[in-house]
Amino acid sequence: MSWTIFDTWIAVTGMLCAISCAIPGSFLVLRKMSMMGDAISHAVLPGLAIAFFATGARDSFPMFIGAAVVGILTALFTQWISRFGQVDRGAAMGIVFTTLFAIGLILIVRAADHVDLDPGCVLYGAIELTPLDMVSFGPFELPRAAAVNGATLLVNLAIVILLFKELRLSSFDPALADTLGFSSGFIHYLLMTMVAVTTVAAFESVGSIIVIAMLIVPAATALLITRRLIPMLFIAAAVGAASSWIGHFMAIRIPPLFGVSDTTSSGMMAFAAGLLFTLAWIFAPHEGLVAQFLRARGKENRIPESTTQSPLR
Amino acid sequence: MPLISAHAKPVASAHLPEHPKDSPLSIHDLTVAYHRKPVIWDIDLNIPEGSLVGIVGPNGAGKSTLLKACLELIPKTSGLINVYGQPYQKQRHLVGYVPQRESVDWDFPISALDVVAMGTYRRLGWFKKVGKKERAKARKAMEQVGIGEYADRQISQLSGGQQQRVFLARALVQDAQLYFMDEPFAAVDAATEQAIVELLKDLRSQGKTCIVVHHDLATVSKYFDWLILLNMRVVAAGPTKEVFTRENLHKTYGGKLDLLDSASLALAQS
Repeated sequence: MSWTIFDTWIAVTGMLCAISCAIPGSFLVLRKMSMMGDAISHAVLPGLAIAFFATGARDSFPMFIGAAVVGILTALFTQWISRFGQVDRGAAMGIVFTTLFAIGLILIVRAADHVDLDPGCVLYGAIELTPLDMVSFGPFELPRAAAVNGATLLVNLAIVILLFKELRLSSFDPALADTLGFSSGFIHYLLMTMVAVTTVAAFESVGSIIVIAMLIVPAATALLITRRLIPMLFIAAAVGAASSWIGHFMAIRIPPLFGVSDTTSSGMMAFAAGLLFTLAWIFAPHEGLVAQFLRARGKENRIPESTTQSPLR
Repeated sequence: MPLISAHAKPVASAHLPEHPKDSPLSIHDLTVAYHRKPVIWDIDLNIPEGSLVGIVGPNGAGKSTLLKACLELIPKTSGLINVYGQPYQKQRHLVGYVPQRESVDWDFPISALDVVAMGTYRRLGWFKKVGKKERAKARKAMEQVGIGEYADRQISQLSGGQQQRVFLARALVQDAQLYFMDEPFAAVDAATEQAIVELLKDLRSQGKTCIVVHHDLATVSKYFDWLILLNMRVVAAGPTKEVFTRENLHKTYGGKLDLLDSASLALAQS
């Protein structure tokens, strides 16, 4: 199968989606809240379903509102349940997002009878179909999904540029943020809203499950490579973008080698992200396995000198 | 005659200031409960200005809780807290906070200088970026606590003592009048301990007040002018010389004799 303009659009859509996920994803990873991304990406489902019911169409704007509302509710409910129910955060999250996800699934299966909506698409996305749904901006024509993900990326970029100092402060030391007058609660819910909105923008292309890979894996990979926040954001974006191109390329090239037709691109994109993570894990300059091995061997060579001076001898 | 009386009046009032200055921190009937279980009860305190105040007490006595309640980081069940005569919300700019070292993730991708510069954020406000002026101020504070050369290091590459000094430099940059410090002496090397003591004395000489959660009874009388003995309630509070007694320590720590032995050692030394 040869690479066509369709393939370029698919990879571009995946890339825009991955980069816009990498921004809130990096802060989730730094706050040790990766599972919150998982929870929110699942929990927005009922918000989407209700938006479908209300408008009867796959219109993006009501979906964003619905998702943002449910995303914030997820974060709120989790907080409440862990505080008043006296269960730990992880358990509270598990209760909230599975319940909301279930409600969403029930609603979507019901909605599927009335509106053009396939539960499979919601879960796994349909990035292969994105070039079939084009919109035009003046002389330019691009897939609607690319436009939606691109717009989300711009919003996320604007937020991280304007509030970089505040996001970093409240991620590193929320108590200090509060005493300095920067409400860590506000920034927490802002980040949760970003995650919810980004997830919705992404879900049409990559689905609500694969999107977790885009939120977390590039950020975790970047954290293996650098110990500075700004480079981390850039590397996470680059890893996300690369896994999108590599993923789609592998999806159309590898299965034919085994005599079968091409496979799902979004799945391959997540797989490619995992592959890049593995590479970083092995070859990262300081934290990588190779670097650690070399360091350990360096130490071994030095042992004879130090043991001669050991009081145990 | 009228000359003499006019002259005598200000001399007499010199001992009693006409406008008594508000205490940096006055707490009235403070109770904090967690899941309906009180952690600290009926706290009444009036901290004198320009003093180094130690808070000591056994584990779970509510020392950190008391600090966090003053900073409104946790809700209080009842009571009144005033900072220089006004509620904390109005006086935030006068208050600096040094949290426990373990309260943050030291693997966070950030340089020591960037952490110290956080002390300038309040003055910067929302959206504004850290500029040259802020960075210079942070650098100066780092030099003041003896870690100037580590400004560009990622914070995980610092020793425990250096990390603690990063927090202190950040507090200095905040330029507060009243400081709350949560266990700054915990697990630091001797050089850092000395640097912190110098810093505290320096702050006191500028008329600032520091309230420090402390765990080492052996150094209490050396470091602090004023002491709060806490075990859910205030067992005793006042000038260290008056309240740091064997009897009060017994009331605070109960039957934990090994601790009391080191304390009595310290008392004997002082």
